[in-house]
Amino acid sequence: MEPLKSPSDLEKLRKKILAEKNPNAPAIAACVSTGCEALGVKGCLKAFKEEFKRQGLEGKVEIKETGCLGFCEKGPRIVVYPEEIFYFQVKATDVPDIVSKTVMNKEVIERLFYIDPITGKAARKLSEIPFYKYQNRLLLDSNAKVDPKKIEDYIALGGYKALAKALYQMTPEQVLEEVKKSNLRGRGGGGFPTGRKWESTRNAKGEPKYVIVNCDEGDPGAFMNRALMEGNPHSILEGLIIGAYAIGSNEGFIYVRQEYPLAVENMQTALEQAEKYGLLSNNILGSGFDFKVKIHKGAGAFVSGESSALMTAIEGKVGEPRPKYVHTSEKGVWDKPSALNNVETWANIPLIINNGAEWFASIGTKGSTGTKIFALAGKVNNTGLVEVPMGMTLRDIVYKIGGGIRNGKKFKGVQTGGPSGGVIPEQHLDSPVDFDELAKLGSIMGSGGMIVMDEDTCMVDVARYFVNFLCDESCGKCVPCREGLKQARKILDDIVAGKGKEGDIEKLKEIAEATSAAALCALGQTAANPMLTTIRYFNDEYEAHIKEKRCPALVCKNLISYYIDPAKCAACTLCFRNCPVNAVEGERGKIHIIDQAKCTKCGTCFEVCPPAFRAVQKLSGAPVPPPIPEEKRWIKKGEKGAAN
Amino acid sequence: MSVDRVDRIIDKYGCETGVLIQLLLEIQRELNWIPPEAITRINKRLKIPVSEIYRVASFYTALSLKPRGRHLVRVCAGTACYVRGGPRILDSVERTLNIEAGETTQDGKFTLETVNCLGCCALGPVVEIDGQYHGKLSSASVEKLLSKYN
Repeated sequence: MEPLKSPSDLEKLRKKILAEKNPNAPAIAACVSTGCEALGVKGCLKAFKEEFKRQGLEGKVEIKETGCLGFCEKGPRIVVYPEEIFYFQVKATDVPDIVSKTVMNKEVIERLFYIDPITGKAARKLSEIPFYKYQNRLLLDSNAKVDPKKIEDYIALGGYKALAKALYQMTPEQVLEEVKKSNLRGRGGGGFPTGRKWESTRNAKGEPKYVIVNCDEGDPGAFMNRALMEGNPHSILEGLIIGAYAIGSNEGFIYVRQEYPLAVENMQTALEQAEKYGLLSNNILGSGFDFKVKIHKGAGAFVSGESSALMTAIEGKVGEPRPKYVHTSEKGVWDKPSALNNVETWANIPLIINNGAEWFASIGTKGSTGTKIFALAGKVNNTGLVEVPMGMTLRDIVYKIGGGIRNGKKFKGVQTGGPSGGVIPEQHLDSPVDFDELAKLGSIMGSGGMIVMDEDTCMVDVARYFVNFLCDESCGKCVPCREGLKQARKILDDIVAGKGKEGDIEKLKEIAEATSAAALCALGQTAANPMLTTIRYFNDEYEAHIKEKRCPALVCKNLISYYIDPAKCAACTLCFRNCPVNAVEGERGKIHIIDQAKCTKCGTCFEVCPPAFRAVQKLSGAPVPPPIPEEKRWIKKGEKGAAN
Repeated sequence: MSVDRVDRIIDKYGCETGVLIQLLLEIQRELNWIPPEAITRINKRLKIPVSEIYRVASFYTALSLKPRGRHLVRVCAGTACYVRGGPRILDSVERTLNIEAGETTQDGKFTLETVNCLGCCALGPVVEIDGQYHGKLSSASVEKLLSKYN
């Protein structure tokens, strides 16, 4: 492997890679990122290897391991090339069929296609699947095409062209100008204009200057950055090198949380390969520009994702934020000027350099350009990663792409922005999703987590969940966050336990106000958002908990009771056998009763009661009806489901 | 014993400034906890005050100052798992193992922790045991899952 010394070397290499690739050669591509792995893709790959051996296809059909294409709900996902046939929810037992029918005889297997749950129609192409149809996958599309462990795959797609263009056809100032013109805003949550951030680091006094990738994706329910780093690490690296060139930096850090071992591994491989090709380290592409980068693994602290905290963590210290009047762009890592951007922000840079700022700005809305990747999760049918142009409405994301709410339940709210964000209710579903519109609703865009909640989600409990999360993760440095959140948690704990008092809501609002005004860092300042938005939009739920001691969503343990409806109970003994504390009394043929004194409200009986009976019910705000008389508990044969 | 292993790890990273967290992470991975002798060793060789090392080691959740059990059970407490019944799964694991999150069973078999998000929200509620993900769990299925480990 000779280091590339010029853009024409890179172009030659690209042509060579393409020439060696036969576009009509059969191949299997499987997503091996964390989601599909958890669903068993490794078993499928093993089955493919065995089956190829058995059929004498070993070495004749390539097996490609690629990144995440977003549709985690329907994983493991397999693509058969050259026909580009997408199969979903593939099991190892499906593999012999795929090999003998699709690979060898070009026959498709209908049952492995995506089946539209509404029309029942099988989708042969990705564009026929609603989940993909409404997306604009500028960043994520390549995930299915490249093997993240092979730089050649990335180069074949035109990778590092933007770097060559920046180094040879543009001055650092021109690169900076282009990024400014594109109006790209930080994808990590803040939405600060990237170009301006770069400019202040560039103009700041002090050497060396650092550039940093933030992949400390700590928001619960968010996995966009992981997918990008696992699936296409070179796109991030290319963006980083271009940024370093524009800023005048020769040293960078990639901060990845240790909970993402595969992302660390793939990024490490990417760095080694890029260096071998002369795309990293000394004299990049023969341009004379030097840039080195190190990976720093985060050790698990939510607050370390905050930019100044992340920089102290890089120094090997406790990752605590610093006051913001000292800008990290001027005094960051070891007090040197440092430009930190989120993974997704960096990955957008090559697109902007290749296609121009005007092209980029034409996507999305005026104030929020480009696309944004969201992690759609919770009570939605199609969980997964969704990349859409900024400005799409929440309704379109939840219903058109997400396929609506699971199990036919009713939508209640969508939580955006992680613990710093808020819950947006149904009446605002038609709001466009961009940095400014979400802020108007009291939430934030954040890094892109989007958790859908249905009628079974208790909003007071959700607020308590986030406050509890932030209490645990508060670094403890400043009083409003450390003490204020603790008090808020106590009040919320009381409310969900049925001990809420008049005036609690007002007190929560007061704490929220003080915390957002006086906390040191953005995490503390935004910590009150989940409380404030739930109070603003779901005040009735708070009132029900406090005044009626009732949880309308039937979630809060202390406010609910489990009860077996004798009219529906088929005395099948399922709940009786599964109850971990033996609180269910009964036998086959004898209607079951829950001993309320023994019941720990774990919900197991509710889970195991067959949907055909739905005899176990949750009650709140009403007393549990007394048990029926002993003699009426026997079910006669032929009645209800007792016969089974 | 472990001092040699700690020394080897220190040699690998060198005594540069800023390596402390990376060092501790690797010691954690090798020894399954950060024993006191590791801390004194780092103090001696890197000239970082013991208090500072303790501060770092107690701040980050990936680092443990107590020995962990043979199997690490991590229940996902991310938002997506939470709304899909994660707390009930945690209850169920706690009841089955008879310990609370953050504790290790008496026989040293299991350590139970919660984790903020594992990023496989499509599978929620999720439990990770020794790096293996188990998704779409119900509280009734927890006992069976745990019984597979010894």
